[in-house]
Amino acid sequence: MSDTPGSLGDARPAREVLLYLNGVTVSFDGFKALNDLSLVVEDGELRTIIGPNGAGKTTMMDVVTGKTRPDSGQVYFRGSEDLTKLDEAAIANLGIGRKFQRPTVFENLTVFDNLDLALAGTRSTWRTLFARSDVVRHEKIETTLSRIGLTAQSGSLAGALSHGQKQWLEIGMLLIHDRQLLLLDEPVAGLTDRETEETAVLILDLARDRTIVVVEHDMAFVRSLGARVTVLHEGSVLAEGSIDYVQNHPRVIEVYLGR
Amino acid sequence: MSDPTEISSTRGAWGPSFWIKFVATGLVLAVVVPLLNRGISPNSFAAVPDYLVPLLGKYVCYAILALSLDLIWGYAGILSLGQGAFFALGGYCMGMYLMRQIGTRGVYQNPILPDFMVFLQYKELPWFWYGFDHFAWALLMIVLVPGALAFIFGWLAFRSRVSGVYLSIITQAMTYALLLAFFRNDMGFGGNNGLTDYKDIVGWDVHSPATRLGLYIVSVVGLGAAYLICRYVTRSKLGRVLLALRDAESRVRFLGYSTTNAKLLVFTLSAVLAGIAGALYVPQVGIINPSEFSPGNSIEIAIWVSVGGRGTLVGAAIGAVLVNLGKTWLTGAFPDTWLFVLGALFVVSTLVFPRGIVGLIHQFRWLRPRGEPTPAEDKPIAAEEQA
Repeated sequence: MSDTPGSLGDARPAREVLLYLNGVTVSFDGFKALNDLSLVVEDGELRTIIGPNGAGKTTMMDVVTGKTRPDSGQVYFRGSEDLTKLDEAAIANLGIGRKFQRPTVFENLTVFDNLDLALAGTRSTWRTLFARSDVVRHEKIETTLSRIGLTAQSGSLAGALSHGQKQWLEIGMLLIHDRQLLLLDEPVAGLTDRETEETAVLILDLARDRTIVVVEHDMAFVRSLGARVTVLHEGSVLAEGSIDYVQNHPRVIEVYLGR
Repeated sequence: MSDPTEISSTRGAWGPSFWIKFVATGLVLAVVVPLLNRGISPNSFAAVPDYLVPLLGKYVCYAILALSLDLIWGYAGILSLGQGAFFALGGYCMGMYLMRQIGTRGVYQNPILPDFMVFLQYKELPWFWYGFDHFAWALLMIVLVPGALAFIFGWLAFRSRVSGVYLSIITQAMTYALLLAFFRNDMGFGGNNGLTDYKDIVGWDVHSPATRLGLYIVSVVGLGAAYLICRYVTRSKLGRVLLALRDAESRVRFLGYSTTNAKLLVFTLSAVLAGIAGALYVPQVGIINPSEFSPGNSIEIAIWVSVGGRGTLVGAAIGAVLVNLGKTWLTGAFPDTWLFVLGALFVVSTLVFPRGIVGLIHQFRWLRPRGEPTPAEDKPIAAEEQA
């Protein structure tokens, strides 16, 4: 490979490259979940990734966040950080946050403590043993609580929240986590139409000061985000462009409707 | 509301009501019991007879051991079924010190070699026995040996993401392997018979009632210290990281916490506490032998914790004492029934009161102190690492 992260940056002079995947292949027992996938996400971009089931969307997120090691290929963050060499915690501390498909909050901790763990701060095991809360942290958590409408639930266990409240708490954790790159895996799965609309507004709001990659099935939702769309199919990129462009792309139509 | 920590779950952890209860319990165990033993006439109905003191001391050591398991099982979801191994290793370190104190008072009157070595025709002291004639060295080893084993074992296991039932099984295998190793005569730890026939500890006769009372008091102090350490850890931010990783480990990793390091730290701490419990136990019972490594022992510890109330600390200590009181009585009155009762206890506690005795008490709201978190949610071990 003569390609370096820098040379691609020259090709698109508008913005810095934040996330760079080149020739990434992951196979599980012979099945290629990712097949020579190459993808570039620029700093400050909002990107949606769509594709049929098994196209490799979640595997792509697993590779970026360190959950899965690629068999081959390069994954760089900010041009110089080789993500294939780091574990999940180290990658998270570089500034990559992730929301799972299923809402995951810490059910045996209070809503307040859920946010406290997500809030940026020391991650060292030894220091967490002696960490003390302070007024600044406290205020940040209070602000987030009111933003997600859970101020009254601050002291109750997260496990006692309703499904919708858990979704909001998890979004609150992403807000307070304050990462440069957010990966959202199907953020509107299982939500009502109204909640979906609210989530779209929230994501657009979040996207103003960070880079977001959204993996989604829901075409109406993808359209409402109005962002650049990447279509994955069988582990590699099939098409990339505006939503109108990809929806009229003959190969995309074939993959989505032709089977 | 000016104190930011007020609102988080550390509320009430170190308030006056906690200290009053803590000091009151400490006074009953460390002052009232000794007074009832030495301060009043032995014929009085309230007197604690001399033979009961080491028995109580033994229960206190078991309570420390149970605390050590509750720290990792109740809070971090690590069910170690090898906790007895760390207890036994701490016990062996103390036993080695006590053996070296015998000196020429042994049957073979060898000033250096313990009796079993003379009997097994050792020519000189094995290298790993060096230093054990010094009490300070023994104390150091009591902490280091179980701690180092747990650190290495935990590092290998947690780094490879071994968890749940698999971790329980390999810890069980670890204690079994140690059992077999310590049975061998050429290991240099007295084989089958273990280490026994102690004479004195830091100059005090281990058989005298006064020394035994002293050992009991030291054990109670140890229990108090172990409890405070466990309480501190579980109420710290690390404690919340542990609770979080017990329920959703991969989520914690994606927040940037090293779950491997967090688990390794508590696993090692827990092993050190278990080792200290073992070291306090050995001079009071007068013997340490390989049977302490038996897998059944480690399972029994899990039953104490489960009966008392997992994830409550206090419950673990209460469970250890109550189950062992039952064991002492039953093995005397109906020796054949003990294992059935133990098994039934485990089944019943899991089915009927999954939150243990402490959980039962908490159901009576008027007894529940304000601000105390409820006992840990009980869930099947296998379901814990599904993410």
